[in-house]
Amino acid sequence: MINVALPKGRLGEKVYAMFEKAGFPCPALLENSRKLIFDNEEAGVRYFWVKPSDVAIYVARGAADVGVAGKDILMEYRLEVYELLDLNVGKCRMAVAAPEQFRDNPERTLRVATKFSRIARDFYTARGRDIDIIHLNGSIEIAPILGLSDVIVDIVETGTTLRENHLEVIETIMPISARLIANKSGFKFKTAQIERLTEGIRKEVEQP
Amino acid sequence: MQIEERVMDSQERIGFLLRSLYAGYGYSRYRMGKFEEYDLYSRNKDFLFSEGVITFTDTNGRLMALKPDVTLSIVKNTRDIPGTLRKMYYHENVYRVASVEDGFREMTQVGVECMGEIDSACIAETLMLAAESLRLCSEDYVLEISHLGMLGAFVDAIASDEKMREELLQCAVEKNLHGISRICADYGKAESAGEPLRQLLSLYGSPKSVMPKIRRLAEENGAAEYAEELARAAASFAGKEAENKIRIDFSASGDVKYYNGIAFKGFISGIPDSVLSGGQYDRLMRRMGRRDRAVGFAVFLNKLERLAEGGKTDD
Repeated sequence: MINVALPKGRLGEKVYAMFEKAGFPCPALLENSRKLIFDNEEAGVRYFWVKPSDVAIYVARGAADVGVAGKDILMEYRLEVYELLDLNVGKCRMAVAAPEQFRDNPERTLRVATKFSRIARDFYTARGRDIDIIHLNGSIEIAPILGLSDVIVDIVETGTTLRENHLEVIETIMPISARLIANKSGFKFKTAQIERLTEGIRKEVEQP
Repeated sequence: MQIEERVMDSQERIGFLLRSLYAGYGYSRYRMGKFEEYDLYSRNKDFLFSEGVITFTDTNGRLMALKPDVTLSIVKNTRDIPGTLRKMYYHENVYRVASVEDGFREMTQVGVECMGEIDSACIAETLMLAAESLRLCSEDYVLEISHLGMLGAFVDAIASDEKMREELLQCAVEKNLHGISRICADYGKAESAGEPLRQLLSLYGSPKSVMPKIRRLAEENGAAEYAEELARAAASFAGKEAENKIRIDFSASGDVKYYNGIAFKGFISGIPDSVLSGGQYDRLMRRMGRRDRAVGFAVFLNKLERLAEGGKTDD
């Protein structure tokens, strides 16, 4: 039985469809119920929905053998997992955004508001830029408007929220998409099932 | 009076079993009775399993470190005598950062180190001891073996600078084949340049099933010598009980700065992380001014905490 941690929400439902087509169905998963764990013994799979940012932790700690997590979470937490496939869904980018007309003054420490402290620190360290990280858990866009920060480092999908708040992307740090990840130990003991799952999903991803 | 087994927890019981195993093979005990200067670790900080060292000032004013590692101390305190082979084991507490949230933790580690004239028989014995160490923890284990010389050669064939090399090695330990294609694109290389490395990393399985493919791939890419070393190491298990527990996996380690040649990791079913890690570390010996060679491994007893009697995890 492979344990699969799926991210709650629209992305999770989209990703489940790929698992289903790859030969790992579990129709009960899409029914409205209060159940947390869904088994299909015949297909040898057990699914559970978790908060998207927690999927990688479930996998790294072995509660799930495989899961689907965003590259942003993998880069931020650097957990010891295998990254088996780029699913090419949930596409967006990690970017630096600032108020329109923003000009960086290199003589001052740059104040950066973000949920992704490690990604922001690595990005600016590579450029030798001194920064002050302001770690926030949400509504990052409000920080530069209220003068809490100079810029933000955050995920940008369409850019609509930024535009509505008179912010603009000034640099892209990296593209983001959902990845199929696996626990390193789980992979050793459930190799055949995980490889079959990976190959099935690969075919789905590579379909034109 | 005999010590009753029931008064020992699983870490202690396995620790003593492993010590008996190593002593039975002629390994002598290395005791780390004193602390090393912080400088020893700061000069080799990438060799340590985690970032961060607890420091303190000794009575003579020197800045010391609270044992983050044992191997560096052994290398420093043993002599390089040509033509000899020293076989040692240790059973020590080390102090490392478990995670950013958990901070420093005391962890118990048992390990084996061989230094001197290392030949293929010595590597085979170390691998056999690694497999036997895992078996003593649980019958349900896997020992995966890699060759860092070969992985390094495949990476160096495409890496144009140190940064690209590091990124490719990170992809290797993640089995991240799509990442290799992205790195090639980012550095202006053709996607086909990464194909041999992708093929190498996609080979996972028992020596019997993957060695013929590895040999062929190595020959095509000028790494036949490394493939033979790997084949010799894997063949040392042929016909033995442990044979079906051995896997070849080039994602086992990406640490080519200190390690070279054979590298390996051990896993136990139900424990999410590797419980054993080791390999040849001639590069560390050179960095510390030694001409002799070395191979060894460590068993992380703290990771066996949730292993109940009989080798099953208790949750």
